[in-house]
Amino acid sequence: MKVLVPVKRVIDYNVKVRVKADGSGVDLANVKMSMNPFDEIAVEQAIRLKEAGKADEVIAVSVGVKQAQETLRTALAMGADRAILVIAAEDVHTDIEPLTVAKILKGIVDEEQPGLVLCGKQAIDNDMNATGQMLSALLGWSQATFASEVDIDGDSATVTREVDGGLQTIKVKMPTVVTVDLRLNEPRYASLPNIMKAKKKPLDEKSAADYGVDPAPRLEIVSTVEPAARAAGIKVGSVDELLEKLKEAGAV
Amino acid sequence: MAVLLLAEVTDGELAMDATAKAVTACASLGDVTVLCTGATCADAAAQAATISGVGKVLCAEDAIYGKRLAEPVADLIVSLSGDYEHIVAPATTDAKNIMPRVAALLDVMVMSDVTAVVDGSTFERPIYAGNAMQTVKSSDAKKVITFRGSTFDAAETGGNASVENIGAAGDPGLSSWVEDKVAASDRPELTSAGVVVSGGRGVGSEDDFKIIEALADKLNAAVGASRAAVDSGYAPNDWQVGQTGKVVAPNLYVAVGISGAIQHLAGMKDSKVIVAINKDEEAPIFQVADFGLVADLFDAVPELTSKL
Repeated sequence: MKVLVPVKRVIDYNVKVRVKADGSGVDLANVKMSMNPFDEIAVEQAIRLKEAGKADEVIAVSVGVKQAQETLRTALAMGADRAILVIAAEDVHTDIEPLTVAKILKGIVDEEQPGLVLCGKQAIDNDMNATGQMLSALLGWSQATFASEVDIDGDSATVTREVDGGLQTIKVKMPTVVTVDLRLNEPRYASLPNIMKAKKKPLDEKSAADYGVDPAPRLEIVSTVEPAARAAGIKVGSVDELLEKLKEAGAV
Repeated sequence: MAVLLLAEVTDGELAMDATAKAVTACASLGDVTVLCTGATCADAAAQAATISGVGKVLCAEDAIYGKRLAEPVADLIVSLSGDYEHIVAPATTDAKNIMPRVAALLDVMVMSDVTAVVDGSTFERPIYAGNAMQTVKSSDAKKVITFRGSTFDAAETGGNASVENIGAAGDPGLSSWVEDKVAASDRPELTSAGVVVSGGRGVGSEDDFKIIEALADKLNAAVGASRAAVDSGYAPNDWQVGQTGKVVAPNLYVAVGISGAIQHLAGMKDSKVIVAINKDEEAPIFQVADFGLVADLFDAVPELTSKL
């Protein structure tokens, strides 16, 4: 079985984002970019499946700007076998919508015929939480979202999901799309020798047109602004003072 | 112009708060029809009919909708979609599982976690863990939306909508439910609680988390946790507040032993009053706290609990 792992290049999760003063978006020039944290977990899971003899090949794929090849090299250094980069934007500020990404991924799935697609549950930039579900819908496959445990057994997978009230376990038919949650695993670090080796692994470059997908957005971004700032708070000196202030504020 | 709203129904029970907040969110968009679905949902449908602003309730009761697996529920919604311009739901894990699937089947984008409605095609939503607010205008014929509960007030009850039973849309047979592990709790539900007390890594152990729970019980509060506390096993994952956990906006949020990482703030910075108790006076949580107490939580929390 081949496993396809979509990865996204996003602003590093530790960076405090700056909104551009003209309201046109978030400033991504000269900002540290990294692999979306959820996607690292997806890559790790795919590699573990390969190590367990349940997957033959792990293909990492990214859709976006040319620089996303760095993200794919990271996936290759972690242990993915080869990578596909679909260039669909010229400027780092153009975020390709989940529907477009899902359509491109469908094109790749049709070509590569993987038995499993492992995605992150959401990208920490657009916070959409949609691409995996959309891909599953376009393929007519089953879906298992927010996975914290995945057990593949022949033509079905048993997946434990993180849901509002606790955990839910479902069984899905293979092939399937699984989106991974934070607690699925602890992603490994790429070692220096593996980073060097990753430079020699195959990385195909494609375009959205190769898959017959029009990358035009359905959602026009009217404006991007800073969230309302909170009024400055105060520090209190004791529990008694805290209680007094809370009573004044009507909070207790 | 009509709106189809997927009600939040869990094991036959309507999540009134989440559903009523979504009714408020879409009130300006058109006539609201609420869809209740599940293995049993007659009671939920009857209750949904009492929410003011609901024009009609559709009740699709069938064994295949038990546990609301994404594939059959999405097919059901798509089969009903012809009459509606907006297809919406509260942004729960259930809806986040189902709605993007619906959108793709209709070949439209989804708008997740919408916090404000500008007009019928323009909506506001947070991006980058809530560090920017984006206004987007949809050019799709149908708008598929999940609404963030914490920014809307729940619609009142007193309505009297009609309930219509509808049939199932067919079972794609792609998935089945195995089991639930539901964390039992007598406390208020996290996303609708008026007060939330959360603990972080600073609490140190699962045993010590009891002092957080004791304070919560005194305040009739829900208990929350940071990712560090959940990952360390101090608290179950469904208590996690933040970008990838639950988003809350209670009247009072008490953060104990939580540093205040970007990802945690994303889930609580719209709370009315924020209190931080932390021994590190440089902790970022103090930048958003209305009242900060620099103290050892093992002294301050029991003292606060006893003085309430």
